[in-house]
Amino acid sequence: MAGIDYHAPQRDWMDPSVEFKKGSYCYAAPLKNQEQLQLPNPRQWNPQDADWKLPPDYKRIILDGMKDRLEKYRSWKLFLDICVRCGACADKCHYYIGSGDPKNMPIMRAELLRSVYRRYFTIGGRLWGKLAGARELDEQVIKEWYYYFYQCSECRRCSVFCPYGIDTCEITMLGRELLNLVGCSTEWVVSPASNSFRTGNHVGIPPHAMKQSLESAQDDIKTITGIEVDVPINKKGAEILFVTPSGDFFASPAWYTLMGYMMLFHEIGLDYTFSTYASEGGDFGLFHSAELAKSLNAKIYAEAERLKVKWVLGGECGHMWRVIHQYMDTFNGPPSFLEQPVSPITGTRFDNARSTKMVHICEFTADLIYNGKLKLDRGRNDKWKVTFHDSCNPARSMGLLEEPRYVIKHICNYFYEMPENTIRERTFCCGSGAGLGSDENMEMRLRGGYPRANAVQYVKEKHGVNVLACICAIDKASFPPLLEYWVPGVETAGVHELLGNALIMQGEKPRETDLRGEPLTNTSSEGGGQDV
Amino acid sequence: MRQVMKIIWPLIAVIALVLVAVISVTVPASQPVFGVIIPYLAITAFIAGFIYRVVRWANSPVPFNVPTTCGQEESLAWIKSDRIESPTSNWGIFGRLALEILFFRSLFRNSSMGKVNERRLVYGGSRWLWLGGLAFHWSLLIIIIRHLRYFTEPVFPPSIWLSSFDGILQLALPALFISDFIILAAVTYLLIRRLVSERIRYISLASDYLALFLILAIVVSGIFMRSIFKVDLIAVKELAISVITFRPSVPAGIGLPFYIHLLLVCALIIYFPFSKMMHIAGVFLSPTRNSKNDNRSVRHVNPWNRPVRVHTYAEYEDEFRQPMIKAGIPVDTNISAESSDGR
Repeated sequence: MAGIDYHAPQRDWMDPSVEFKKGSYCYAAPLKNQEQLQLPNPRQWNPQDADWKLPPDYKRIILDGMKDRLEKYRSWKLFLDICVRCGACADKCHYYIGSGDPKNMPIMRAELLRSVYRRYFTIGGRLWGKLAGARELDEQVIKEWYYYFYQCSECRRCSVFCPYGIDTCEITMLGRELLNLVGCSTEWVVSPASNSFRTGNHVGIPPHAMKQSLESAQDDIKTITGIEVDVPINKKGAEILFVTPSGDFFASPAWYTLMGYMMLFHEIGLDYTFSTYASEGGDFGLFHSAELAKSLNAKIYAEAERLKVKWVLGGECGHMWRVIHQYMDTFNGPPSFLEQPVSPITGTRFDNARSTKMVHICEFTADLIYNGKLKLDRGRNDKWKVTFHDSCNPARSMGLLEEPRYVIKHICNYFYEMPENTIRERTFCCGSGAGLGSDENMEMRLRGGYPRANAVQYVKEKHGVNVLACICAIDKASFPPLLEYWVPGVETAGVHELLGNALIMQGEKPRETDLRGEPLTNTSSEGGGQDV
Repeated sequence: MRQVMKIIWPLIAVIALVLVAVISVTVPASQPVFGVIIPYLAITAFIAGFIYRVVRWANSPVPFNVPTTCGQEESLAWIKSDRIESPTSNWGIFGRLALEILFFRSLFRNSSMGKVNERRLVYGGSRWLWLGGLAFHWSLLIIIIRHLRYFTEPVFPPSIWLSSFDGILQLALPALFISDFIILAAVTYLLIRRLVSERIRYISLASDYLALFLILAIVVSGIFMRSIFKVDLIAVKELAISVITFRPSVPAGIGLPFYIHLLLVCALIIYFPFSKMMHIAGVFLSPTRNSKNDNRSVRHVNPWNRPVRVHTYAEYEDEFRQPMIKAGIPVDTNISAESSDGR
């Protein structure tokens, strides 16, 4: 993969051309999932085929779809119009940095769509055609869209640098909606969404299996701490509904984060419940269409109302928090049946969540630590030299920057930041977000994750960093293979896994291992290490 | 080939405009057309087009509140939030937009990616584009304000102050303006950057070159008419005043450089509402920059929000009731006895 070529071709980009390179594109959605979600133009198809079996009037469908969205989204209309092509965004995209493919420059991703917009919706484009950067909509253009709109992880990094705030995420999201109108969606978006629709979570775990899974976490916690924590499921009248991405229920290392939550909730005596119906915080509908995003998201409020909880607490996840922070209340609110979130332990009122009534676990935990409600032994994390990866959505769509850092500094003695151009609002995506995390797309994922891995390598060499802490389930799934490829020897951990290690529980037996069952290499010293 | 033609065509268009302006001196009778009719048309087109574009944008709603947050959110009282980069108040929005519009905040953040070697990337601050852009836009603003002296009698005071400050170097007579040279240098930089950088050349369209060529030609013709082929500025002002007071009359003998300058300006402002130059208005409307990050504290309403198909809890329980009961998970409708006959 070495030797990325950043030279732009001499030929221009107006003639659509795309090669579906193995390892760099996502498979088509299976027919049964298309049917279950009642998607348009359901059929069996393959992006490698010459004939995509588009509907005969696909042009009209797409152009009507564009017109409709131009009327519905100011962002889209504006962003199609005002780009000055200054190029500031060009080298900000991790897929461009990792692949050198000029159409992965954010501006080019947008131009693929703008060129069609100009041809059919602007005077200049109608009059001057290609000279005005306008081109006909044809099947090749659609194939190009499919390839490149599924090489964008909707991370919004380019929008930080754009002088007009043009957000490629808006371009990609609506571009994917247009593709969906003619039946072109990917398996790794539609299958999890379809699972989530039916079973309540992306991985398709039925309720009884979810219970088993939580009980195994309970067993593991007992083995490590000697304490039997509660596993409240679908408990009516609980004070708080806890929603987390379903990756936490079965996938390592997200699993250890789940253990961390359960230990924390037990220790503070939180009256909470999991839900099997709303067993997914993430929302792959966001990577498909506003309708599907809304449909999947609706379960959280519906379940909160059914279980008569007071408010909702959300686990570590990236795009889940994009949806909750920026969309949920608008989609499915107002949740008049809920109360303004108040921490039952500290009494803190979460004014920032007074309308949506959902609090981020890092906000919740930071508040507990600040108020001295947790006994923590940082020394138990001494084998970890920690760096923190800001997940795209909490950073750039929420501004959740200090809370996780505050928590980490109180549970770890060794914390080192990556270079400032690669963290906080300038953080780099893991390369697998927005529904791109499929195995068949591995080459593109490794390329897209390269800038992040590169920054990890920097702190590894400089400070001996050996764990990347993060607050996103997709991170937890995608970093292990990514780091193994680029920076072997660096592990991935959720912030609440590290919290679980450090948390001193009442009546616990002396810890011999961390949550992974690995020995604590350094013996703990009470509250050890330097002050933060 | 198209790569070259998208540079050549705009160049030809600007040259053609210059040649057309020559008619003003070869056929003096055409001067009312160049001095009065075209400017009136241009101003009308500019104002109407500008309003049309802004209204068209404003007509589309903002269904979701999607600010790009570039700083700490407002959450816990003891965590200092960033009131500008993650604004929650009108003042915050004002500050964010002001920084963006007056000082190009986002471009200031620019970095460029470079490779130290195959396995090491670095990101260095890259502020040339910011500097070039800022120099261009600010000098353009100063020049426009300076030009108000031709349209006001008594002269609009800021126009006088700016002119005397701008000409402070006291080079030559009439004094050369600093802003003229800054804008010349800045536009040249922006043009050369587009032509030389392979990446920027790849993303550029004919319209990008057209805007640059037009502005460059306007700047050059302006400097020429002031300092080299001096035109009768008293007569120019007479014309300008007559036009804006709707009593148009064209004084004789203003000179070709002026008509070239004026025609190019008219062409630019006619083109303006159809072009990317509308970013001047667009930046104010950009939802990622002008929205508050108060999403969870104030509900944002989507005017076209409509119901979607959902999978209700009842449907879910109907499918999974048996295994739920078996696993001891509470259910709403306990009908295990009657439906267990299938086993």
